[in-house]
Amino acid sequence: MTPPQRRRRFPKAGQEPEPPTPQEGKAQDPPEGPKKNPERLYVITGPDGAERSELDLVTLIVAHADPPPSATPEQAALLRLCTAPLSVAELSAYLSLPFSVVTVLLTELLTAELVTARAPVIRQALADRSLLEAVMHGLQRL
Amino acid sequence: MDFKGSDTIPGPRTEDHLPPTAEAAVKIVIVGGFGVGKTTMVGSVSEIKPLTTEETMTQAGIGVDDNYGSETKTATTVAMDFGRISITEQLVLYLFGTPGQERFWFLWNGLFEGALGAVVLVDTRRLEVSFDVMDRLEERGVPFVVAVNTFPDGPRHAIEDLRGALDLSADIPIVECDARRRASSRDVLMTLMRFLHSLAVEKAPV
Repeated sequence: MTPPQRRRRFPKAGQEPEPPTPQEGKAQDPPEGPKKNPERLYVITGPDGAERSELDLVTLIVAHADPPPSATPEQAALLRLCTAPLSVAELSAYLSLPFSVVTVLLTELLTAELVTARAPVIRQALADRSLLEAVMHGLQRL
Repeated sequence: MDFKGSDTIPGPRTEDHLPPTAEAAVKIVIVGGFGVGKTTMVGSVSEIKPLTTEETMTQAGIGVDDNYGSETKTATTVAMDFGRISITEQLVLYLFGTPGQERFWFLWNGLFEGALGAVVLVDTRRLEVSFDVMDRLEERGVPFVVAVNTFPDGPRHAIEDLRGALDLSADIPIVECDARRRASSRDVLMTLMRFLHSLAVEKAPV
């Protein structure tokens, strides 16, 4: 039996679309089409507020304060969940809230300095061999 | 949302807590068509019971999976299952199983950005379902390996026939697996890691 045939593609140089400007109310806005790039939510991090970083599914969030009386129930729930480090994806799962909603909540908590975000390790041009080796060693122990 | 108090908030079991030393996370994306075994693979290697994160799509029609017919909908919830493997006290690996259709990817902020790489899980009964996935990964420059989840009633092709059919270059690993088995799924992940390592060595030979 002959399997169906595919034809390979090649990376589109310079085709990566620019992230659009963050907007309010993104969770409610319908996407304009299936090909549209995701709107990315930027948050202010660091003491100087100069750097912007993106909340990734695997950004680890750690609370470093108890929920203040002013916290909304959702914020309080988030803060209680991440007394130990927890990824944004896990927070979304445990709270049964969409990822986009959790990132909005977290942005508020980050701005209020009630939580910190530990940035994910990113693939740096495939070059970080020691990282890959660490992951391999970890998998071998499974 | 109804949050009555901290007692009612579901959260990780005590044994599912990450150590306080956890400071960085990496991710691998397992991508494939509906029903190909993504969640099974995530579940077989994850140290936690797979969790589900959801996102809502509000445009009519576009979120409807082919398998579900195409009735008009105004809101569709798209779910993504994921699992976790602690690598060291500092480093955590997350595995995301995501539907093959690219229209779902944009829901998750930078799902493939920063991912170490991807596993394309294929079912030989519906090989063509994976074509679009591979196209998109190639265009985005995301390195991937192909894992053929062997179903008893699926047609068996020699690996080299599959390579030809999928038009994959000789260096891209294609392996057979049984996604239900932890060791088999682990081997798939190891195959991906070795491939990534070879790319890294190629890029910066020392």
